This record gives sequence, C-alpha cells and structure tokens, in this order.
Amino acid sequence: MNSAEAGRAGKGVRSDCLVRITEAGVEGLRITLKSKVEVLYGRANRALLDELCAHFDLSGVDVAVEDSGALPYTIAARMETAVRRLRGKAAPWLPPAWTGEVPLSRRDRFRRSRLYLPGNDPKLAINAGVHGADGLILDLEDSVAPAEKDAARILVRNALRALDFMGAERMVRINQLPLGLEDLDAVIPQNPDLILIPKVETPEQVREVDAHIRALTGDDGREVFLMPIIESAKGAVHAYDIASACGSVVALAIGLEDYTADIGAERTLEGKESLWMRGAVLNAARAAGVQAIDTVFSDVTDMEGLLASVREAKALGFDGKGCIHPRQIPVVHEGFAPTEAEITRAKKIVRAFDAAEREGLGVVSLGSKMIDPPVVKRAQRTITMAVTAGILPEDWKEQDDEA
Amino acid sequence: MKPEFVRNAAGRAVLKVINGETAVPYRGVGAHTPEGRKAAPPLARCADYPADGNKVVADLKTALQMAGLRDGMTISSHHHFRNGDLVANQVFDAAAELGAKDLRWFPSASFPCHEPMIRHLDSGVIHHIEGSMNGPLGAYASEGKMRGTGVLRSHGGRYQAIQDGEVHVDIAVIAAPTSDPFGNCNGVQGPSACGGLGFALADAQYADRVIVVTDNLVPFPCVPWQIMGNHVDFVVVMDKIGEPEKIVSGTTNITKSPDRLLIAELTARFVEAAGILRDGFSFQAGAGGTSLAFAIFLRDMMRARNIRARFVRGGSTRYLVDMLEEGLTDYILDGQTFDLAGVTSMRDNPRHIHTNPFVSYNYHNKGNIASMVDVVVLGATEVDVNFNANVVTHSDGRLLHGIGGWQNCLFSKCTILPIPSFRDRIPVIVDEVTTLCGPGELIDVIVTERGIAINPMRTDLIAATQGSGLPIRPIEDIKSDVEALCGGAPDKPAFTDNVIAAIKWVDGTVIDVVRQVGE
Repeated sequence: MNSAEAGRAGKGVRSDCLVRITEAGVEGLRITLKSKVEVLYGRANRALLDELCAHFDLSGVDVAVEDSGALPYTIAARMETAVRRLRGKAAPWLPPAWTGEVPLSRRDRFRRSRLYLPGNDPKLAINAGVHGADGLILDLEDSVAPAEKDAARILVRNALRALDFMGAERMVRINQLPLGLEDLDAVIPQNPDLILIPKVETPEQVREVDAHIRALTGDDGREVFLMPIIESAKGAVHAYDIASACGSVVALAIGLEDYTADIGAERTLEGKESLWMRGAVLNAARAAGVQAIDTVFSDVTDMEGLLASVREAKALGFDGKGCIHPRQIPVVHEGFAPTEAEITRAKKIVRAFDAAEREGLGVVSLGSKMIDPPVVKRAQRTITMAVTAGILPEDWKEQDDEA
Repeated sequence: MKPEFVRNAAGRAVLKVINGETAVPYRGVGAHTPEGRKAAPPLARCADYPADGNKVVADLKTALQMAGLRDGMTISSHHHFRNGDLVANQVFDAAAELGAKDLRWFPSASFPCHEPMIRHLDSGVIHHIEGSMNGPLGAYASEGKMRGTGVLRSHGGRYQAIQDGEVHVDIAVIAAPTSDPFGNCNGVQGPSACGGLGFALADAQYADRVIVVTDNLVPFPCVPWQIMGNHVDFVVVMDKIGEPEKIVSGTTNITKSPDRLLIAELTARFVEAAGILRDGFSFQAGAGGTSLAFAIFLRDMMRARNIRARFVRGGSTRYLVDMLEEGLTDYILDGQTFDLAGVTSMRDNPRHIHTNPFVSYNYHNKGNIASMVDVVVLGATEVDVNFNANVVTHSDGRLLHGIGGWQNCLFSKCTILPIPSFRDRIPVIVDEVTTLCGPGELIDVIVTERGIAINPMRTDLIAATQGSGLPIRPIEDIKSDVEALCGGAPDKPAFTDNVIAAIKWVDGTVIDVVRQVGE
C-alpha cells in the first residue's frame, strides 16, 4: 500500500498535527481524527477535513489525523503536503486570509530587529507578532531539514495568509537557488514584504531572484523588497555590486557562521575575525544607499552580551540586528535607541530645519554652523526612532514649547 | 428524587440541596449576612488525657479507633506536601481496614498522588470528597462516578465552612513535619519540613478529635508550635509523612515561554503605570511560572526605582525570599511555601511570617489580609467578556484545579489575571465561563500577550494608564482576534444533567455547579 505523511504528533508537539494518507485499495474515503481539542473544535475540524478531502479529490484512501491543537491553516498545510507526497502534486488550498489591517512596508522603514522563525514549526509563528519585532522571518533555509522543505514551503505560504503579523514586516528567507525559486513560486502570491536571499555571492543571483519575483507579481504594481545575506569571502568582495544589483534591494545582511568558516577563522565573541567584513558590507550598503543589518547574537541567555553587541553594531553604523529569540527583541531596540545626547542634538537640528522652512531659507544653520541635508535627514530619523522606541512623545515639539 | 435548582444572583442554576443539606444560593458580593455564633468543639477535660503529656499511640488505625471512627463521619486531612503527601492515603487505608463506610473526605487539597482514593470511593469507604479535585480524582468526579456531590471551596471558604458549622469535622488528621508527644507541632523542622501548618488551623480548632501524624517526634516542647497541642487528642509516629521535594510540584520555575514572559512583563509595567508601585506597597504573586516571572520583573523595577514593599504575600519561593533578604520588602506574610528555600526562610527569618486562612482569607471575620493587598496576580482557565473567571474546570468541562486562595485574593485593591489569550488553540476569553468561580466585579485587569483589558468599572485604572503606551484594548477585541486565529468560536462542551460538584463562594453560598461531562 502506498502511503504518505506530513507534520508531527506525539509528546511535546503543540499546534501541529500529523496527517497520514494510505491508499486503501477500495472505493470510498475513511477519515479518522484524534484531537486534543476534540470537545471544542472536533466539529470544525471534521468539516475542514471533509472540505480538504473534496478539494484534493481524495477517494480510495484512509486519512488519519492526529491533532495537537493545530490551527486550521496548519491542518490544511499538512494535508496538502501529504497529498503532494503521495501523488507528486496537489492543487493549493488556501486558508482564509487574515482580515485585519496589514500595513504596507516601505523601503526605508526601521529594520532594527528581525526575528527568525523556523518555517516548519507552526508553534513559534502563531504569536510571533506580539513581541514587537520590526520584521518576522519565516525561514525556509537553515532551520528546515532537507526532507521537510516541501512541507515548510506550504506551511509558510499558509502562515503568510492566515496569521496576524501585527505590523511587523513580513519576511521570508528562501533557500539558495535554484531551490529558492520554488520557494518564491509558493510564497510570492501571498504578498511577503521582503525576501531574504541566503549566501549571495554575485549580483546575478539577486537579479535572478528579482526577475523571478517580477514574473510572479506581473503588473500588480507591488514591490517585494530584497535583503541579500553576505555569508562568504566572495560575497563580501562583491558587496557593493550585490547591494546595487537592482532597485528592490533595501538592505544587506550579514551571516557570520558561514563567513568565518569560509575564511578559515574561529568565530569569537569579540569578533575581530569578521571586523573587516562587517566594515566592508556596511560601507557597500551605504555606498549603494541601502540599510546595513548585522548578524544574530546566538547566546539567548546572555542579555548583557547582546546589549553590548547591539551597541557595538550601532556604533559601527549598522541599522539592525538579527534575533533568534523573542526576548532579544526589546534588548535590540534598547541598544539601537538614540541616546539622550543624540536626541537633544537631533531636536535642535530638526527645529533649525523647521525655522529655515518657515523663513523660506535654502540653508539650514545651527548657530554659525551650516547643516548639510544628510545630517538633517539623519536627525529626523533619530527623532522618529526615539518616538518609535517610546522615549520621546510624538508631540515633543508642543510639549517642549510648553515647558 | 430529582434535584431542585434555583437561579442564583449570578444567573447560574444551582442545587437547592447538596448532599442532603440545604444550600444558600450566591446572592452577590457582600450580599449574604451570616447569622448566629461560631461552631465549637465539644468540651474536654485534662483528666481524660495523660498528665505527662504523652499522647502517642501505636498507629493510625489505633488513633482512628480511639477517636471513635464510625460510618458516615467527616474526616479532614491536612498536609502541606502538595503532590508529595504520604498520609491521607494511609488514613483511608486504615479506615477501610476498620470497616468504615460512607465517609466524607474533607482535605485541604487533593493531588494526583491521591489516586488510590478511587479504590475507597469505589468500595464505599468514601462517600464523596469536599475539596479540590484534579488529575485522576478530577476525571473520576467529572465522569459522574462519585456517589455524593463534590464541594469545592477556597482556602478562606474552607475555614469559614468549619467555623460556621457548615462542615462539622469529626476527626481531623494533620500531617506535621515536627511534633512533640503532646501534639505541639510545626511545619518548619524535620526531614519532611514543608513550611507552615496554617491550613490545618480550623481543623485543630473545631474538629471533635484531632490526630497529629509526624515523622519527627521531639521531646516537649516543640518550638515553635504553629498548632498548639491543647487541641490535639492523639499523636502518631510514622517513618515518612511526605516528600518535601515534591512540594515543588513543577510550578515554582519561572516560565521560559516567550509569550508568558511578555505577559508577565506587561503585567509589571501595568502595575507601574497604574501608580501601584510605590514605597510601602504590597503585592501577592503565586507560584505559577507567569506569576513568578511577574515578581522578577517587578523586583527589577523596584531596584531601579529604589522602591521597597511593606509586605509581600506568598506562597513563597526562593525568588520572594531573595527579595526579603535583599531588603526589597519588609515582610513576607506566607500561608504556604512552594519550595524548600521558602521553608528554610520561614523557619529562620523572623520577617517571614507564618499566616493562616483565619487571618488572611476567612470572609466571616472582622476583616482579613486579602483586601489590604495593593495588587494580586492570579491565574484562570477562562475569563468571559464580563470579566467573570473560571479556575476549576478546563474548557472541556472537566475538573482541573482547586480554588486555593484564588477567590479570597480577588478582594485585593487591584486584581490582575495575566493569562495567555489562547492555549493550544483553545481561546481563554469566552462569552460565558464554563464554571463561574469569581464574579467579574472583583476582577480588574486581564493581561494577555495580545493586549491588556481593563474592567470598565475601574475607571480609575483606565485613567491612570491612559497614555502609558501599554497595549490597552477592549476585551471583546482580544476575543475576536483570537477567534479569528483559532478558526471561530469554540463549541461548548456537552454536559449531562447530573451535578458532580458545587462551587462555593467565600461566604458559603453556592456560586455555581459543575455537571458531568457528556459522551
């Protein structure tokens, strides 16, 4: 008998389910469901399974589902994966889309924190939005075992549709090409804001991804941003070309695990071995007019170490840091938050700019010093970041005037 | 005979008669006035007790026999070992050997370790249990297998029931980690030290006969005597009365769940934003993982702002003990301890005060501590859109937890329930709670990972936290977000008409009943 399964069940598994489809050799369809939430959602689950079996045109099979409280989008994804594994294909079944507000991303939005979520584990993604990260990355690459790439792709596609990301930028890290192109086929129709491309070494790779996305989005006018990750010596050398490979690139990110291995060095906490590379990527990003995002800090228990690492990244000029645990997010935001001195200075510059505007002057000056446009822009960004971080009230101008 | 129901002030249909006795339906918070005088144990005289003060008898069986064990009696048992109790099972084993039938077991709490009681329920030795039921006993009762109706009370309600004569205890058995032959005993010394013996106070004061069981007999005097030997009839010595390492019961570790940590952090930030966090304030946080994490966040805020609490209520853990030792609070007032660091502190630190339900929780009293606490954080299995909460049943209708001090603590100046908005797809905020344990008018704030809901009655808290940057939202909005995520509102569990347990309010009235789960 042919059979196929997808998902997980058993002790310690939560928010997932295991679907097993077995060809029964006789007509008809038998569905068995064992669920932890039978009393509350047994009826809803059975209705969903009936709908899915009809959609996938299943007959002559036994469908056995062991459910540990999976949400409907997960049940559907596991079912679709099992069908694909059995038959080699399955027409996608899309869960209802989240009906709440999904803000559009912007090129220059803050990308201080981006949280990696293993793409094939539904448990961590469901509530990821509550932790306030600037971006959430549904990862299809390193966190997914080779044999589960197909399952993760479908689960991530459904998650993009069904989950509330609560204002975080919706990111997906695809696999290296050519596998990554299949990932794009699945996820791009679900409107991710940004695609992270791993282990980029040449601008051609970025352009290939960009072209593939454009072919998928057609003329819908939607822009999918790109964040190439530089993780090798060669990538670092080509950083500027990669950053300016196409207009969709909004940031360059760094992956140090692979990079240090590539150059034959040991990764250390102080990171002398990667200082040149971080500088090179940062400079390339700035030259190309995109953001520069630092690597992750991998010790999730060491919050002081993380804060020091974020402050160092900020001092070097980076705009953001990767996170592998939700509790790292507030620390990253704290580290990137402007200092009091920075805010004071930025306020003065913004006010000088306001005054120049009011008086119709082309030149902004503070005391006897002329202020260049990039400095004004940077000051405005500092103020926005301070407001975002909650350390400066939105109406600071009025409040300062009253004081 | 078909049971008669009456609709109580909370709109719940409750039994008029429970286990043959007329019950008063819940009338509202503070609406029921008790009448009469407190109950009292029979008079005793010294001539009937050994003049040398030695009340030690051979074993439990002998003690029960001498205490006059008869069919239909109420046997209370008390221990502070949570899931490590070794005494209660032996009490009923001995009662079974003596041929007793139809006993009412009136424990301060039951735990999964009391699964052997099912044998005695099946055989007729025990008629029914009045006390918390969870694990195997909860399942047994939920399936309608217990002959009588279970009665669940809070810690304060248990004291009140005994004090008011609502429950007459014939024989009380108290597991005491250290005792002298006269029956003076405490919980802070000996190999089975567990902390205080406060929950056994009512049993000692009001039962007809009192048996102290210990595994650490010391010569008179046993100091401190948390329970006075003058209440005690017999002392029994055993090899081992409990496993203190199981006091921990897996609940005294700080949660590692990022969502629950976020909930705990939001709770602490709410307390700060509401202006509750100030010099001389007081708080109570239980031993659940989220409550502990809340205490840690609060501690860090107190350190940063140089704030000192006047007192903290336990159940204590090493985290509260550290705060006491660091000088972040003047006192810990503790009814029970949840880990061994708490036990040691209660024994050695004069600022770690041993309390009991009479001083802390008893509602038929001239005031109690619970209402003096500035802020308390508590758990719940469900909350409804009117802020009513459930702590005893799971959403599938099965008995899950005891009430503990939960109902009593609701009288704090600010009651906060930090809870996840759903658990394994099961929404926690519902239209109507499966079982009503606490009325919404006493529940001020719900903190979930998807936002904070403030009871509209607390306009003061709403005003104080306006502009705080905290994610304050209407409770209905959080509910509808979660239902959208979980695939719609959940079905209701199916119940039969058979009532398996009654839930008492702090004044002895019946606030709700629990029905047998359907097929």
